[in-house]
Amino acid sequence: MRHASTYLPAAEIADSVRRGERAAVEVVEEHLATIAEREPEVHAFNALTDAQARMAAELIDRRVAAGEDPGPLAGVPVALKDNLCTAGVPTTCSSRILEGWLPPYDATVVTRLGLAGAIAIGKTNLDEFAMGSSTENSAFGPTHNPHDASRVPGGSSGGSAAAVAAGFAPLALGSDTGGSIRQPAALCGVVGVKPTYGRVSRYGLIAFASSLDQIGPLAPTVADAALLLEVVAGHDPLDSTSVPEPPPSLVAGLDDGVEGLRVGVVAELMGQGVAPDVRRRVEAAAEALAGAGAKVEETSVAALAYGLSAYYLIAPAEASSNLARYDGVRYGLRVDAPTTATMNVATRTAGFGPEVKRRIMLGTYALSAGYYDAYYGKAQKVRTLVIRDFAAAYESFDLLLSPTSPTTAFPLGAKAADPLSMYLSDVCTIPSNLAGDPAVSVPFGTGDDGLPVGVQILAPALAEATMLRAAAVLEDAMLDQAMARAEATP
Amino acid sequence: MSDWETVVGLEVHCELATATKLFCGCRNAFGDEPNTNVCPVCLGLPGSLPVLNRGAVELAVRLGLALGCRVEPSLFHRKNYFYPDMPKDYQVSQYDRPINVDGALELPDGTRVGIERAHLEEDTGKSTHVGGGGRIHEADHSLVDYNRAGVPLVEIVSRPDLRSAEQARAYVNELRAVLLATGASDARMEEGSLRVDANISVRPAGFSTFGTRCEVKNLNSTRSLGRAIDYEARRQIALLEAGEQVAQQTRHWDEADGRTHPLRSKEEAYDYRYFPEPDLVPLAPDDAWLGQVRAGLPPLPAERRRRLAEATGSVPAAVAVVVERGLDDLVLGALAAGGDGRRLVVHAEHDLAGGTGALDPEAFAALSRLEADGALTATQAKAVLAELVAGGGDPAAVAERLGFRALGGDELAGAVDAAIAANPDAWDRYLAGDAKVSGFFVGQVMRATRGQADGKAVTALLAQRAAATPG
Amino acid sequence: MSERITAEDVTHVAGLARLELSDDELERFTVQLAAVLDHAADVEALDTEGVAPTAHPLPLANVLRDDVARPGLERAEVLAAAPAVEADRFRVPPVLGPPA
Repeated sequence: MRHASTYLPAAEIADSVRRGERAAVEVVEEHLATIAEREPEVHAFNALTDAQARMAAELIDRRVAAGEDPGPLAGVPVALKDNLCTAGVPTTCSSRILEGWLPPYDATVVTRLGLAGAIAIGKTNLDEFAMGSSTENSAFGPTHNPHDASRVPGGSSGGSAAAVAAGFAPLALGSDTGGSIRQPAALCGVVGVKPTYGRVSRYGLIAFASSLDQIGPLAPTVADAALLLEVVAGHDPLDSTSVPEPPPSLVAGLDDGVEGLRVGVVAELMGQGVAPDVRRRVEAAAEALAGAGAKVEETSVAALAYGLSAYYLIAPAEASSNLARYDGVRYGLRVDAPTTATMNVATRTAGFGPEVKRRIMLGTYALSAGYYDAYYGKAQKVRTLVIRDFAAAYESFDLLLSPTSPTTAFPLGAKAADPLSMYLSDVCTIPSNLAGDPAVSVPFGTGDDGLPVGVQILAPALAEATMLRAAAVLEDAMLDQAMARAEATP
Repeated sequence: MSDWETVVGLEVHCELATATKLFCGCRNAFGDEPNTNVCPVCLGLPGSLPVLNRGAVELAVRLGLALGCRVEPSLFHRKNYFYPDMPKDYQVSQYDRPINVDGALELPDGTRVGIERAHLEEDTGKSTHVGGGGRIHEADHSLVDYNRAGVPLVEIVSRPDLRSAEQARAYVNELRAVLLATGASDARMEEGSLRVDANISVRPAGFSTFGTRCEVKNLNSTRSLGRAIDYEARRQIALLEAGEQVAQQTRHWDEADGRTHPLRSKEEAYDYRYFPEPDLVPLAPDDAWLGQVRAGLPPLPAERRRRLAEATGSVPAAVAVVVERGLDDLVLGALAAGGDGRRLVVHAEHDLAGGTGALDPEAFAALSRLEADGALTATQAKAVLAELVAGGGDPAAVAERLGFRALGGDELAGAVDAAIAANPDAWDRYLAGDAKVSGFFVGQVMRATRGQADGKAVTALLAQRAAATPG
Repeated sequence: MSERITAEDVTHVAGLARLELSDDELERFTVQLAAVLDHAADVEALDTEGVAPTAHPLPLANVLRDDVARPGLERAEVLAAAPAVEADRFRVPPVLGPPA
């Protein structure tokens, strides 16, 4: 059954709530009803915050009744990836080691959502500590793709992507370290944005790899993703790596088109490993952009060939250090043992899942004496090369185009036994994280299996506005096709 | 022992006197209730991020400039190891790009000790070991308080330029003086805001290469530092003289038994896996900022000693004491008011250890002049000074009140002549060259004048009388 | 490229990371880490002479806050999260030896 406000654009919900035409309480109830119907099949959430959401909605309605404006996301339910700290609400990172932990503080993005009138509806499932590309590495069981429950939703923000795709929430926040917003967005057929590194405060985002992590929006439409990004972006004095810029204006110029923009299709990301049906959708996207007045050419960004290898040294190295603090002393799980050192070992051994252990091991090795220069040090230099080659490409192009994921959603369990094949599914998304540049995945039709395909638009640092304009053009092209099909059907 | 030379380098950890911690706004305070100055950042809670304290950087730069260091663009690294008093199980510290490099500290005896680096890092929490008499190895369990976690530290690493326990103590005292003068730290060893580790080795005298060193920890006072160096040097010399080797290791000083003991060493060497802290950006104070900090630096002890020695002509040891007590400004003020430099320094060194009370530079100057003019003896001046400290006032008036009146030249001569007349045998011995008798006559004159005579003047008069006596 | 990672290496690394591996995990991780490191061999082989490392994608420096105290957390809330508490402190089993 379809509920009145589910699948409505977030902007439309907020407008009607602000005008007093729709009660936030109803909006929340309708979304909770949708969740009640399909959540058992999808498992997008680690926890629902339904009681808090109902109370928050009540307050929004009272403020509207009192003539106040609760903000641009008034009454809009938002699903939060369960690695974003929420004061007094369990935040687990889908890990046994944090089970039951109640953060004593809100992440900056959570605070900003509240100030904009948004309503947190639940904490979404993820690969443990955001390490994975399928949401199968969750200690609390996998999330299923709403388009086909036998398939993965992608990861690590699989719960957030599935929640949006299933109509559980009009908006969701995820985090993206190597593609963890964009790849599940692609596999679930929604829009996912990884902003410029530093655009959105990381304060309160539980770290995976600090120099790569970035919070971003997932939404059914480009406009809604842009709206959510506007709300959460902007400088934060609590994050030393926050860009000292005001939040970007994104929604206003969204319909300005791509006339005259130069778009490069990245050859290195179109080759081996990319499924033919996915490649055809990217080619179609290139044509759609050209049709809208962009100048589209194939181009080469040579260093991207090394991106994946560099990433799988840098991210685990930082993770091995970031995850040291889960030692059973101050919070979270403790498994008792006779000494502190053996207690640390027992706790960590019981509390972390296999993928987290694998990455901690890999990162510890990459940083250890005798290997630093060969692995971590070298990977940092490759990072410089990736940045340099991107910069060269952006001398000739305003935007770059590629697949988001080499394939559509794969069956649950298909890659579980082979970590390297799973890692390879991040090949197209990783370079933006290494460079700190923004990228968006926008749905662009389906593959041969009828499952969603996302195409990725990459942009230079802080050029989210231009990037989202191009994404909006692709979205319009798909809408036009759908309407044409609808008209053609007798 | 004389065939061996002791070589010492010191690593001094010092808590900076900021209002807040290095990376968060929690109070940097000693002695508060446990776990009351904590927040998500210094507890290392998931999701928290550090932001560097400008005040800590400024104090580190002040110290660096005071030690003559170059202030360089620097980076923070993570030093990874597990320990329960370290909330993140890594310490944020400066590794291969420290903020201050290549300075020197001049000791009162003129020795220049090279400073390799003085870098910023965060302190750990504090563990209390319960059971087993508080000894870590025998404890039943431990309790951790994170109030200290994240307090800003500078680690000051000297070059191996020290050659004795005494010199090492002098270095720590001098460093404390610089820390206090710059306001960088309250430098209290007893509260742990200043902590010293010593790298100690020995070598045959005259050798230029260094021996194998041991790092000695748990030095809680300059006294234990000195004792530990002496003990460790003896231990190493004994080993070498017995034809054995010194093993490079970290050792723990035990104040109770007066020995160093090897720390439990793991089979494998520690591997800290340093890498650049991704949650912080580089630190590079610009010239304008450095200029500002430099302009705010007070005169430092070495410079103050030089200034005082030049102004008064006093010996280095006396000058060092006066500067250490912070009395150099008073002495220089009194000197400017017409005081007698050498006498001012002598009083400041010996008679003002308990403080200066109500003494002002003008009165101090006047006192030293009365003494120089012979109006007061050294003993009387000391008594007057004590009164000035206690209640202030004019030195001449105080002397008067104490009954110290200057003996006129005639009065003193009369007393000397009377003493000679009353003791003819002694006078003969004096004339025969028995110098000891001089003291006898001074005593006689002192008694007759109730202590108001100046001993030196009496001695001079005796010599005069002897020369006038026909031989 | 460097020599292949061995089971001893993996055991050593597990010790540094405070993890304990079963025999089965040790065997599996050794193979899997070797595969990932083999893949990284192209990075290892790349000539990066004269290339500066990038620790950070942002060209920021000197991000500082003023030395002004801010309220922290309530002790009761902090200790409520702890697995074991005694005398308002975090209680841990014996530590056995000072830090490295």
